[in-house]
Amino acid sequence: MKKQYEVILAGAGGQGLIVCGIMLAEAAVLEGKNVVQTQSYGIASRGGFSQSEVIISEEEIIFQQVQAPDLILALTQAAFERYAPLAAHAPLFFDTTLVKTGPGQNLYGYPFLTLASELGHEGMANIIALGAMAALTGMVRPESLAQVLRRRFAGQTAEMNVKALYTGCELIKKDQA
Amino acid sequence: MPQQPRLLQGNQAIVEGALYAGARFYAGYPITPSSEIAEECARLLPRVGGVYLQMEDEIASIAAVIGASLAGAKAFTATSGPGFSLMQENLGLAVMGEVPCVIINVQRSGPSTGLATKPAQADVMQLRWGRHGDQCLIALSPASVKECFYLTVTAFNFAEKYRVPVVIGADEIVAHMRENFTVPAPGEVEVIERKKPTGPPENYLPFAPEEDGIAPLAAYGSPYIFHLTSSMHGPDGYSNNDPANAAWRVAQLHRKIERYRDEIVLTQSFEAEEAEVLIITFGATTRAARAAAKQARARGIKAGVLQLVTLWPFPDKEVAALGERANTVIVPEMNYAGQVAGEVQRVLGPAKDLRRVNKYNGEVLTPAEILQAMA
Repeated sequence: MKKQYEVILAGAGGQGLIVCGIMLAEAAVLEGKNVVQTQSYGIASRGGFSQSEVIISEEEIIFQQVQAPDLILALTQAAFERYAPLAAHAPLFFDTTLVKTGPGQNLYGYPFLTLASELGHEGMANIIALGAMAALTGMVRPESLAQVLRRRFAGQTAEMNVKALYTGCELIKKDQA
Repeated sequence: MPQQPRLLQGNQAIVEGALYAGARFYAGYPITPSSEIAEECARLLPRVGGVYLQMEDEIASIAAVIGASLAGAKAFTATSGPGFSLMQENLGLAVMGEVPCVIINVQRSGPSTGLATKPAQADVMQLRWGRHGDQCLIALSPASVKECFYLTVTAFNFAEKYRVPVVIGADEIVAHMRENFTVPAPGEVEVIERKKPTGPPENYLPFAPEEDGIAPLAAYGSPYIFHLTSSMHGPDGYSNNDPANAAWRVAQLHRKIERYRDEIVLTQSFEAEEAEVLIITFGATTRAARAAAKQARARGIKAGVLQLVTLWPFPDKEVAALGERANTVIVPEMNYAGQVAGEVQRVLGPAKDLRRVNKYNGEVLTPAEILQAMA
């Protein structure tokens, strides 16, 4: 794998982007890597632009913010438009049920929200996205993410989330097959 | 079992540091971006036999902390600018009464309630001069989750050893940032306990320094009964309006810090000794400064960074030693007026090529903005 991954998770407050960043960072810690997770949000607890950044590295992470993203998730139209210009250099994941766009290079659109509903809860859209992003890049192992999910959630909820995670991984495997 | 690395937020690491140092009392009023400190204290303090109190406001919070400390507990509170302003009067009482306590001020963008969720480093002067009168205290500033932990332990050590309030001037960036960190095992890091009186209780003088310059502090509820007042007092703690006593007392509040200045003033150098371009920085901006210096060195510029871990007392000696030999000094900070730059200019003189980089829009200061100042 690459020595360093810089990830942006962008959208609106309430979409679980910050908790998504935290889980990604926790998976990296399990793998013994250095990690910095930061967040930027407004004063509203729902809505408004919200963003979480994660840097995973085998070396010391000096500046804490993402400088050149390797990977982006956009869960609103506004977030997509903000980061679309960077898609040439970084795979841009987005939700086709939330974002309207034409085809483009390095765009990874999936109906995360619909898939999450089918699995039992809309709130797992971020987990499916995380699974897809991990499967594409190898920035963390899906098993590490599953371990984090099982630590964070209990019983049935944990298993539903793990299923969502692997559903995300499968999206990439299918496309690559 | 060896300690495992965890993903910890800066605010969480501050609480871990406080618990490690033996803090068992927290009183506060939650405010962004410090609220996680209150949340963690509410969760963790009862588990170790400690007390968490949510107060009606910040004035009451610092008052409760002072009371708990006088009763013998290591006590602290956390807030942000608006709450820190409210705490100033009682913080003055803690200085005058020589009450050990730790105050975390997680700086956010102001003035007033400003941008509640956005970072700033604009309370540097308030940390030092926020309260009236001839007074001084100690202020520290962390740049990482790791430093949030270690500087909180250090803050309690300084507070207990020198009988003085210690303020941690954190910022929203380090407070909300999460990093991998391994909490050290008990005993790995030094923890200092306050000096208590040993003689007969009837001879106890709560404000008479011993040979080390510090007076022992008894706990309320112990056989050592003593009086504490915010007004000018003699060695016994009772009012004393004698000019000679007043002069001695004011000087003593400063002297006990000046005497241990070299222990208290902490700095970190990142290739600063050979630097022709020296970036002097503090808090989260240290990280942008180090990234900028690294990029500059890759371009053949001899750049280095001096991180001011202790902000007050100001590291005059360290700034002079490294600043005088550098051709150019850059001071990036997240405030308009250049609060640290002004101090650096005072130390290095008006002729020094000192370049200020100021950002005050609630956004993070970047390495690129510091690099621009090198052009």
